[in-house]
Amino acid sequence: MKTTTSATAGAIALALGLAGSAQAGTLEDVQARGVLNCVVSTGVAGFAYPDDAGKWHGFDVDFCRATAAAVLGDPEAIKAVTSTGKTRFTKLNAGEGDVLWRNTTITFSRDVGVKLRFHGVNYYDGQGFMVPKSLGISSAKELDGASVCIQTGTTTELNLADYFHSNGMKYEAVTIETNNEARQNYLAGRCDVYTTDASGLASTRSTFTDPENHVVLPEIISKEPLGPATRHGDDQWSDIVTWVLNATVTAEEKGVTSANVDDMMANSKDPEVLRLLGVEGNQGSELGLSADWAYNIIKSVGNYGEIFERNIGVNTPIGLARGLNALWTDGGLQYSPPFR
Amino acid sequence: MAIASVENRSSIASLWRNKEARSVIVQIITVTVVFALVALALRNVAVNLEAIGKEFSFDFLTAPAAYDITFSPFLDYTSRDTHLIAAAVGILNTLLVAVCGIAFATLLGFTMGVLRLSGNWLISRMAYVFIEFTRNVPVLLHILLVHGIVVTTLPAPRNAIGIGDTMFVSNRGFYVPAPVFEDGAGIVGAVLVIAIVAAMGFRRWAKRMQDETGKIYPVFWICTGIVAGATAVAFLAAGMPLSWEVPALKGFNFKGGMALKPEFLALWLALSYYTSCFIAEIVRAGILAVSHGQTEAAHALGLRPNRTLQLVVIPQALRIIVPPLVSQYLNLTKNSSLAIAIGYMDVVATIGGISLMQTGKEVETMIIVLGVYLVFSLTISAFMNWFNRSIRLKER
Repeated sequence: MKTTTSATAGAIALALGLAGSAQAGTLEDVQARGVLNCVVSTGVAGFAYPDDAGKWHGFDVDFCRATAAAVLGDPEAIKAVTSTGKTRFTKLNAGEGDVLWRNTTITFSRDVGVKLRFHGVNYYDGQGFMVPKSLGISSAKELDGASVCIQTGTTTELNLADYFHSNGMKYEAVTIETNNEARQNYLAGRCDVYTTDASGLASTRSTFTDPENHVVLPEIISKEPLGPATRHGDDQWSDIVTWVLNATVTAEEKGVTSANVDDMMANSKDPEVLRLLGVEGNQGSELGLSADWAYNIIKSVGNYGEIFERNIGVNTPIGLARGLNALWTDGGLQYSPPFR
Repeated sequence: MAIASVENRSSIASLWRNKEARSVIVQIITVTVVFALVALALRNVAVNLEAIGKEFSFDFLTAPAAYDITFSPFLDYTSRDTHLIAAAVGILNTLLVAVCGIAFATLLGFTMGVLRLSGNWLISRMAYVFIEFTRNVPVLLHILLVHGIVVTTLPAPRNAIGIGDTMFVSNRGFYVPAPVFEDGAGIVGAVLVIAIVAAMGFRRWAKRMQDETGKIYPVFWICTGIVAGATAVAFLAAGMPLSWEVPALKGFNFKGGMALKPEFLALWLALSYYTSCFIAEIVRAGILAVSHGQTEAAHALGLRPNRTLQLVVIPQALRIIVPPLVSQYLNLTKNSSLAIAIGYMDVVATIGGISLMQTGKEVETMIIVLGVYLVFSLTISAFMNWFNRSIRLKER
């Protein structure tokens, strides 16, 4: 029975080892691996999508690059771990991804029940409805009896149930796994309405051959603060993701862009800018990163405004205005705690 | 001591040379390793759940599900019901598509299997091409194909194809009038049940008469006559207590009547015709395995061809067909878990999908889903084993 005993001992050791990888030390793991694994969506135009060469682009992917720039000094050292709405948290919690940048709504049950850490909001969104213009509908209140296409595993199906229930309306839910299949069902006329976050609607509409024939209804039926998430149990890694996001917002507020970051580093008189860029203070080493972590982000990916305008801004096919996502100084909600 | 240790060693060696003892040792080691691997996996789950502070509990089942499931033909479900009820809706939907799929796949499979053996060259070739094309393409693609055809080629509800203003075909479903039972319908139902019992009694009596006297009655036609005739008389006598609720276009969709939704239709058809191809091959093999001498012997005894098929060939073929048929039924049931691809709300889509997402209870919900499929599969196996025993060769 000696073989058995040592086999059991080996098995237990292996179990402990496997368990260890899902806990603390994400920063060391990422640096040893040399690649940052980001959980992203399977494809949402403007937010996360691969080009014909297989390279990933988009608003969320740029934040993933910003994280890689801070942690590894190389914005290209990322790997996109694609996930559907249903699999994203499992992939993050199982350790397949280091961080989740995937238009994910922060909610109580996800924060507390699913055991995630959320690190601020990189896009303030709300759920809307898109219908073909030919239906002649101008308000979501006219949707009684409609067939509605929704993506499964999202907050949208709960908001939808609540909205129709509280307005005393009925509907047929056509629940589809991915954004792409939902889009096909909507275009084929399987449903009258497509509902998801307003940014997602704009993104999906931009991929239609006739975007002008579809309208987004004025009602926004929910608050959808979208933000990055990490696993419980690694405070250092949580801090890093939090301050990567804050660095991009602060940089925009202070006027630091990818074009002028070198100049600002040399000539700025603003102590906060100097602390941000690692000229003064030791904030980098306190995070466990190099002193120029934020410089790397801004130099390679840009500040919040640059990331927004490049991927989803008014001059892109998605055409989203800053709206709630303008800086607080411009009447929006984007507001970073100070670098102090 | 030296002698003892040599003896001891030689006794272990002789134990190993003993065939019986060796096989016991190997079995003990195998079982231990398997248990160790299972324990390792369970431990890993427990340690990881603990590491992120998750508790293993099924309490979430009593919380409101908060999402809607539109396709719920058996339960009256609303978003205020619990996750447990949502799971039940999903389980019933899985059961519905599995039962309908098995019935249709069996019918289609037996037909195709017989056609494949047809003496008509064109018919047997057509069956051959259909079977080979279908069973060599993954079932998920068949499901997406049928769903795509239904959704994209059929018209939207406002342009629905009407059949006599009572039935409508659209890409939101096939709508037919629903029967509405009025006062007195219960009497008709009771008469129907009594007629069926009477027909079964007649069948037994006819069989006994055949055994005793050799006289053969047209059992099928007389049974049909008893059931249909008695029900029709009761229906007329009770004043035709039945009306129809005709579907009508109201707003976005048809209201009233009964509807066959495209998601159910696509899953049902695709699973059925995919599985039927495997069943067809099993049926063909079963029939071919019955020696031609049996048919000739039956003909020599003066049995007509269809009675030869019914009394000689099919009973012997069934013994070969039934065991592999069970695997196909199990496959169909398990393949129905692909439903989520086209938005059919089965057990994987409800408790294993939306509930999982909303509660974050991956391990618990997956245990439920696994348990459901296990129970379904074991039930099918048990039933088919019973059926197999009832038709196997009875040696007297």
